[in-house]
Amino acid sequence: MTSLVFYFQVHQPYRLRRYTFFDIGAHDHYFDDAENARIVRRVADKCYLPMNALLLELVQRHEGRFRCAFSVSGTALSQMEEYAPAALESFQKLARTGCVEFLAETSHHSLSFLGDMEEFDAQVANQATRVEQLFGTRPTTFRNTELVVSNDIARRAEQLGFAAILGEGADHLLGWRSAHRVYRPEGCERLKILLRSYKLSDDIAFRFSNRGWSEWPLSAERFAEWVHALPPEDSLVGLFMDFETFGEHQWRETGIFKFMEHLPGALLRSSRVRFETPREVARYQDAVARLDVPYPVSWADAERDLTAWLGNQMQRAAHAALYSILADVRKAADLGRADLLERWRKLSTSDHVYYMCTKFFADGDVHKYFSPYASPHDAFITFMNVLDDLARRASGVVEQAEAAQATPAAPPSA
Amino acid sequence: MLGWEFPPHISGGLGTACFGLTQGLSDCGVEVLFVVPRAHGDEDTRFVRVLGANQIPVRERQLERALRDTLQTSVLAGSERVIEEQRRTLVFEAAAASARGEPQAQQALIRTLELLAVDSPLSPYEGEASYVERLRALREAGLAPAGDLDTLRAQAREAVESLARTLREGAQLREVAGNVEELLETLGPERTLQFSGAYGHDLMAEVARFALAVGEATRRESFDVIHAHDWMTYPAGLVAARWSGKPLVVHMHACEYDRSGEHVNPRIRDLEQLGLDGADRIVCVSHYTANVLRTRYHVDPARMRVVHNAVTHQEQAAVVHAEKTIPEPIVLFLGRVTFQKGPDYFLEAAARVIRVEPRVKFVISGSGDMLANMIERSARLGLARHVHFTGFLRGPEVERMYALADIYVMPSVSEPFGISPLEAMALDVPVIVSRQSGVSEILVNALKVDFWDVQEIANKILALLRYPALREQLSSEGREEVRRLRWDERARAVLKVYEEVLR
Repeated sequence: MTSLVFYFQVHQPYRLRRYTFFDIGAHDHYFDDAENARIVRRVADKCYLPMNALLLELVQRHEGRFRCAFSVSGTALSQMEEYAPAALESFQKLARTGCVEFLAETSHHSLSFLGDMEEFDAQVANQATRVEQLFGTRPTTFRNTELVVSNDIARRAEQLGFAAILGEGADHLLGWRSAHRVYRPEGCERLKILLRSYKLSDDIAFRFSNRGWSEWPLSAERFAEWVHALPPEDSLVGLFMDFETFGEHQWRETGIFKFMEHLPGALLRSSRVRFETPREVARYQDAVARLDVPYPVSWADAERDLTAWLGNQMQRAAHAALYSILADVRKAADLGRADLLERWRKLSTSDHVYYMCTKFFADGDVHKYFSPYASPHDAFITFMNVLDDLARRASGVVEQAEAAQATPAAPPSA
Repeated sequence: MLGWEFPPHISGGLGTACFGLTQGLSDCGVEVLFVVPRAHGDEDTRFVRVLGANQIPVRERQLERALRDTLQTSVLAGSERVIEEQRRTLVFEAAAASARGEPQAQQALIRTLELLAVDSPLSPYEGEASYVERLRALREAGLAPAGDLDTLRAQAREAVESLARTLREGAQLREVAGNVEELLETLGPERTLQFSGAYGHDLMAEVARFALAVGEATRRESFDVIHAHDWMTYPAGLVAARWSGKPLVVHMHACEYDRSGEHVNPRIRDLEQLGLDGADRIVCVSHYTANVLRTRYHVDPARMRVVHNAVTHQEQAAVVHAEKTIPEPIVLFLGRVTFQKGPDYFLEAAARVIRVEPRVKFVISGSGDMLANMIERSARLGLARHVHFTGFLRGPEVERMYALADIYVMPSVSEPFGISPLEAMALDVPVIVSRQSGVSEILVNALKVDFWDVQEIANKILALLRYPALREQLSSEGREEVRRLRWDERARAVLKVYEEVLR
């Protein structure tokens, strides 16, 4: 049997507004509410609502034989609650079918596993609780930000009680081995890793509308043929992609919705194929071998590493500066300013350093497409200014409290 | 190739750019003969043969013909008075010849008359409406460029206004055209014309003499394409093209609107128009410039090609280590202190930075007609202790100044290209450039601002001062980026333009 696992990532960052040096200390209105609302509503209209309606129909049409999984970042959940509640309801409706699994991740789509493990644990726990509240089931599968996995991250996920983790089926990780098997990360006892089948995933996510591609236009039947032609030992095909593939990256006009509408039927025509969620795969399949992931591997760019987020000096400096103020922010939160910690967490979203990426800056490719800034340098300047303001506010709260402690209330003067 | 200056005798970026281009073309196997008004004999001739117009013997007999061609050139530039005088004389002489019973002379004179009258459908005595009417008639006859009526009307208005301006100014058109007697007087011992090679008061006359000498040179030199740099050489380019029948490429490094804002010198503007209209192809140093030529000179984008400037090997090799003599960070403005370069925006940004970071020193290097004003203004803004004026710097002083700077700002109001940020970047200095510059089109590792957004300029200066990672990112990546901007690549683009006109 071959288990097909569809997992869709849903994420929206809190984009920053133009925040100059002269705003530091003057006001703490960091986030571009209007722009964030506009984008979330647009994506809800073009992607979340129509695609969720289609997925619901597919679950019903195939009487539960079509299944899939989502991970929805906490920042996306919050923005849907605020700006597009109907979109959030459409996800909840899918959850109620019992055929759709919701995964755990860091609540703020952060790189906290590289910055501060205590914060990482807190963000994962917060997200797991929220997913349980909104979608009814405590998640047992973990997916880290941008699918970043290493032995250490996997081990931590196991310690936190997860049964499975998702990862990238990168060639340099697997060597001669197939991504279409279940593995156990080095150093783990029970945790299983489910890998992304990047070629088949990217056929849908990236190449679908590429007219220069020899397989264009791709039909559901053709795609199903490729899956049916896989060797029988291939027990798992991980089709992991951004949910925005449907309607945003690939516009409706490309036929992507029609493709998805027909795909489950075409795939199920072979009795050896079944749809499963990560939870089910982890439950029913054993790991065939160990997989050693000494260095973090992500699903980004050709390099599949962390250079899209921490590749240049600006990104590393911004990341370091962010975590350097965390201690003060935590203290401030303990002193009653939880709002400062929440702001800090919104800044911990990986998108902020992604906007500072200079890798393909000159070519104006995918990085630029997703950035609200004119240049990576502008992204850095804005982020650092905001961080400076937040640091001042946090340390102000801490210093005030310390001063109050040092000098106990003076007796009323005579 | 026709230019006004060539290293080492340069006063600005034009000579350097010309040198870089010839170097690149030479690498592409193109043989370049570079004609300047005055050759000094110590030019760098490794990649190019340099010919001074002061070395070209002019034959007296040719002077009249040359003058006529130059005059015709001035017709299009709107020099209607000379043409009218000339026309009256010729009509009178033709009548006289006819009266004397010399039909051949009469015919010759009438041919000359026709020659003088062709090329422009414009007459100074008609207004916009009749011009449009006549253009329409010409167009129907297949003689005028196609275009919608609104465009024609706009063009007509611009052309009529330009002409009216020229007439109103009552300019000494002889300065543009010269005349035979004066030119003969300037002939030196070897029957060559005299040139200063500078940009002095005599510039217009020198432009005309240059055209004559270059026209003369076309008879003895062999070449395939004429390539003229900036308006001073456009008349020469046109004369050379007419005499030789070879295609003309004009290169626009800076136009009159870049130099003077709205207060353009109409004669220079008209000579630019003339060159742009008469050229087979126009090479612009940026899309920014191409856009100015499209809107201000009505040049059809189909005839324009953008080739950005690059950096010569020498400029790249420059390694300057300047000891920091003061501990305070230095923010540098270096360039002519004129309207075009935006020194006032630099001061306004400085005032905003100083308010929060009084430790910073701002340096304005250069001279120009706004210098006194800037000094007074800095005092008025309370910046006297924070802003330093170095005056005009030359050669090694310039490089030393760059090397001392921590941030270089180019807040130009209108900059067709702007090579100076590249010089700063080559010396590891992070730069802030205005978006109203050609160089901002190609730079990646530079911070970009709108020149009028002084708050944002200040914000970026402060960000550079406070965030070392940003400085390091820009200086290390910037140096590499400048190293990749090479003239040989630009020369290949220019070569493509040559191939187009030779097809």
